Amino acid sequence: MDLRYSAEYEAFRAELRAFLAEHWTAEDKAAVPAPDEGSVAASLGANNRTDERATAFRLKAIARGYLYRHIPARYGGSEQPPDALKASIIAEEFRRHDAPFEIMSQGPAMLAPTLIEKGTETQRQRFVRDTLLGKITWCQGYSEPGAGSDLASLRTKAELDGDHWVVNGQKIWTSNAQEADWMFALVRTEPDAPKHDGITYMLIDMRSPGIDVRPLRQMTGEADFNEVFLENVRVPRDSIVGERGKGWQVSRSTLKHERALIGSPTFARRIFDGVVMMAQGIEIRGRRAIDDPVFRNRLVELEARLLAAEYNGLRLLTTSARGSDPGLAALVPKLHSSTLGYDVSRLAMDLMSDRGCLYPGEPNAPAMGLFGRAYMWYFGMALGGGAPNIQRNVIAERGLGLPRDARR
Amino acid sequence: MDFGLSEEQTLLQDTIRRWLEGECPTTRVRAIMESATGHDPELWRGLAELGVAGLVVPAAHGGTGLELLDAALAAEVLGWCCTPGPFLGATMAAVALLEGGDAAAQAEWLPRIASGDALVTFALGEGLGQWDAAQLASRVVGGRLSGEKPLVPYGDVADAIVVAAQDETGPGLWIVTRGAAGVSHTTLRVFDMTRRVSMATFDGAPAVKVASGRGAIDRARDAGLILVAADAFGGAARCLDMTAKYSLTREQFGQPIAAFQGVKHQLADLACDLEPSRSLWWYAAHAFDHLPEKSERHAALAKAHMTDVYDRVARYAIELHGGIGFTWEFDLHLWWRRAVFDRAFLGEAAWHRERAAALAGW
Repeated sequence: MDLRYSAEYEAFRAELRAFLAEHWTAEDKAAVPAPDEGSVAASLGANNRTDERATAFRLKAIARGYLYRHIPARYGGSEQPPDALKASIIAEEFRRHDAPFEIMSQGPAMLAPTLIEKGTETQRQRFVRDTLLGKITWCQGYSEPGAGSDLASLRTKAELDGDHWVVNGQKIWTSNAQEADWMFALVRTEPDAPKHDGITYMLIDMRSPGIDVRPLRQMTGEADFNEVFLENVRVPRDSIVGERGKGWQVSRSTLKHERALIGSPTFARRIFDGVVMMAQGIEIRGRRAIDDPVFRNRLVELEARLLAAEYNGLRLLTTSARGSDPGLAALVPKLHSSTLGYDVSRLAMDLMSDRGCLYPGEPNAPAMGLFGRAYMWYFGMALGGGAPNIQRNVIAERGLGLPRDARR
Repeated sequence: MDFGLSEEQTLLQDTIRRWLEGECPTTRVRAIMESATGHDPELWRGLAELGVAGLVVPAAHGGTGLELLDAALAAEVLGWCCTPGPFLGATMAAVALLEGGDAAAQAEWLPRIASGDALVTFALGEGLGQWDAAQLASRVVGGRLSGEKPLVPYGDVADAIVVAAQDETGPGLWIVTRGAAGVSHTTLRVFDMTRRVSMATFDGAPAVKVASGRGAIDRARDAGLILVAADAFGGAARCLDMTAKYSLTREQFGQPIAAFQGVKHQLADLACDLEPSRSLWWYAAHAFDHLPEKSERHAALAKAHMTDVYDRVARYAIELHGGIGFTWEFDLHLWWRRAVFDRAFLGEAAWHRERAAALAGW
């Protein structure tokens, strides 16, 4: 056990810092107004910027081998040998410098690796590079009103008509469908096959006639996701990924990428540090909140859980670098971090005393009600990529060796 | 950057575990816990031969010469196996002597601690919950110790006790040997019969000073907190393992109870609480060895957190076993008893959390 980085990695970090200082300047940072404090966009920092400055910067970072390291160079990645330590140093330094990082949305995180793994050469050439730079944006067409945890029961169907598939059905909980150029979707192409064998992974142009996107307002009041209605949408025959009827297997690798995306405790850390600052600054009935023994105890209790999650991340980094099996340590982070984030936000609500009832943004809400947003947002965090009870099944079955649920 | 165990560390754990599985199954655990002293010198000697008694003792003094992390890894295995004996107090005593820096005392005691020839334990806590070196009431005047230590691990069978007390210069450490005049022990009944404590009363007992200041006392306390956290992890992991296995064999309504989501999800939640916390005590142990500025706070955090988790896991493990889990014959309560000890000994979770808050400058 040694938490220091070797000279090679320290040199790598120094080079990276010099690169960031030179190529992502204060002027670049200020060129686009900052998003609303406390919004999801703000939590991502510069990550989600796709303006010209951000794109030019990303291209330089790719050329230097810093971004999209697992993607081959011929598809727009930097094609570096796997190195979990370098990857974590890069993520850490980009975050510290608030520089545009790999775009944390479903296209680069989920679709691009899937195309590399299962797509045709034409599909890779056409989509991967522009997706990595945010020039083509994607939404995910998986869930349906009748197919949530039991995703394989989905009913949106596609039938061949000459050189086109004709798609009819409805998708739901579709994040970013209003802005997305394309959707990667699961559709039923073999209605007579057993349910897992009748599904095909399909790429659908969101500008096709017959697509109707209707925003769904979340409990946060914002509308980040949608219902998508598909009525006689014509999709070219070669727009499927992998074989016809094999879409379920193709999608499994994609879901794995999403869980990794959501499992990180970085957002919980940001909130926790903010909560400590608020507790130090706020007075309840004439006493600083941080001086209240109950709040102090709750803070430390949550900090231990947070540190456990962070150090578990270090452990995963090491198992990845060593190529050894992480076992349970890799299965629990999503459930652990989303529960923790909710609990940290709930403590923040209590620290606001009676003003905890005020809506985010009200002028006399402490910290502008910032934590109220996180409090609500964590419901979405817990549900995204699979409901908590589905996570529990995964932990019990794959981690503890308990029997699989009877599934039909 | 490497946050994982070395091959030697994995081997150390495997070796101890395999030896204990052969030598100290729960039948022997029960025999020891039902004995008068709760101490089985033969078992302790066997562990000493494996190097367990002297893990932190330098090779020059006949020990294994490893770090606290290695001792904590051993504590995890002892927790997993529910092994009775004086490991905790003996390791705290060794740390205290090492940190105290008294060469004569080290030469006299460390080799005998490492070989298992002498059972040396550590006495710190006083009154109700007082484990702060600066608040100790025990006094040494002219080489004579007076005071009361209500919770001394294996104090009644120890060959020597490293006692934290104060003299005219403030806190320090003294050694009191077995049979010294003015020392009396009251053997106490404990929930956890695999880790005994006695009350020691000193009435002008001859005591040899081995350390000045609170530094060595605090280091020994932090070592103890981390060892308790590791024991708690090992015990909790064993409770979870036993329960998962039991749920696969126990059938009700025509199927193993492991097939019920009510059971699966409870076990998954316990695994979710438990697994990441392994990294917390690993880190605390590593900080004790290498990151002095983080050491004290992480020891407090790890102890408080792990003993909470242990309590929760042991509780649900018993519940998930049904009636059999509540019987004397079934072994599960032995681990629950250890959870009770781990939570209480060295101070309750809320106090350590308060210390952690203060150490953060909050």
